[in-house]
Amino acid sequence: MDLSWMAWTVPTFLFWACIIGLLIGMGVWEYFSPGGNPRVGILHFETTRGDRLFISLLGSAFIHLAWLGLVGPNLWWALGVSLIYAIGVFRTV
Amino acid sequence: MDKPYNNKAWFLVVPVFALVALSAIIPIMTVVNYSFQDTFGNNQFFWAGTEWFQDVLSSDRFWDALGRNFMFSVIILAIEIPLGIGIALTMPKKGIWVPVCLVTMALPLLIPWNVVGTIWQIFGRADIGLLGYSLDQLGVNYNYASNIFDAWATIILMDVWHWTSLVVLLCYAGLVSIPEAYYQAAKIDGASKWSVFRYIQLPKIRGVLIIAFLLRFMDSFMIYTEPFVLTGGGPGNSTTFMSIDLVKQAIGQFDLGPAAAMSLVYQLIVLSVCYVFFTVMSNVGVDKPDARVED
Repeated sequence: MDLSWMAWTVPTFLFWACIIGLLIGMGVWEYFSPGGNPRVGILHFETTRGDRLFISLLGSAFIHLAWLGLVGPNLWWALGVSLIYAIGVFRTV
Repeated sequence: MDKPYNNKAWFLVVPVFALVALSAIIPIMTVVNYSFQDTFGNNQFFWAGTEWFQDVLSSDRFWDALGRNFMFSVIILAIEIPLGIGIALTMPKKGIWVPVCLVTMALPLLIPWNVVGTIWQIFGRADIGLLGYSLDQLGVNYNYASNIFDAWATIILMDVWHWTSLVVLLCYAGLVSIPEAYYQAAKIDGASKWSVFRYIQLPKIRGVLIIAFLLRFMDSFMIYTEPFVLTGGGPGNSTTFMSIDLVKQAIGQFDLGPAAAMSLVYQLIVLSVCYVFFTVMSNVGVDKPDARVED
């Protein structure tokens, strides 16, 4: 099957591998600790760990875009900020 | 009664997952791949890094289209949601007029989007269209092809005509499902019509209102066909919404990379706004007796 139209590259493959890896990781976590760990955090509504992953990923996308638009194309810093943000989300939201 | 809990039931979702994978996940993977590359056709791609995203973020064209999208969505939601609730409240709950009203309401929803655009294109023409001709006879200088205000008014009117029915039908379904006992209790308490609406009907249709709100927001935010057929994005760029701009860029100019980057930013915005709406609306007014606060 010719998949050249999908234009895969190493960086985009790694990006998707990370996303799929995260989803598998969440599945394994859910297997060992079922129920999604619902709680009410600083946003004052109930979130499960799936919600927290979603908020982390969405926020990270905006952090990267903001960094790109306001600072420059060196996105390693944005990745660092995103990781800190994700840890914050998982601990407090 | 305890419900049996069996994780094997997830296998029943596999066919849907397979369909979604084909129709959504693979295309979105491709869009992400395209957004970092440039192509001149023939499946030959060249790495461009984050160049297209920088272009999108610094382009006035993108921000203008985004602003127009938000303005359009806010205007039509502000009109369609109250109007839809109002019409649903006046519709009969039983009798011969119920099917008549329901079918009448459903009619605009059955018309394909491009046909709606064509209908309004002709309807608004000053020479042969009923609306355009009538306004012309009344001395109103109306021309949706050259006047920005007229173009916007026509597009909004067209969307209200096409989609208010959806809000009406959803609200009506919510209203008829309210048990009669609530109304009887309100009658005994001597509640006014407003109180009945505020404390019985509105909370009871909250669920369907969330759905109506989200559906209308997403649909209006992604509007393409109707304004494209009616005005083609004009006059000038005044009705060029993001989807129209996107199609111009991707198909008209074959700039797949920039178009992919733009569509990803577009999708992120839609996703975030929908998540915020959904979370806010499904939490407003909900008592949380069993909400667990983690230590």
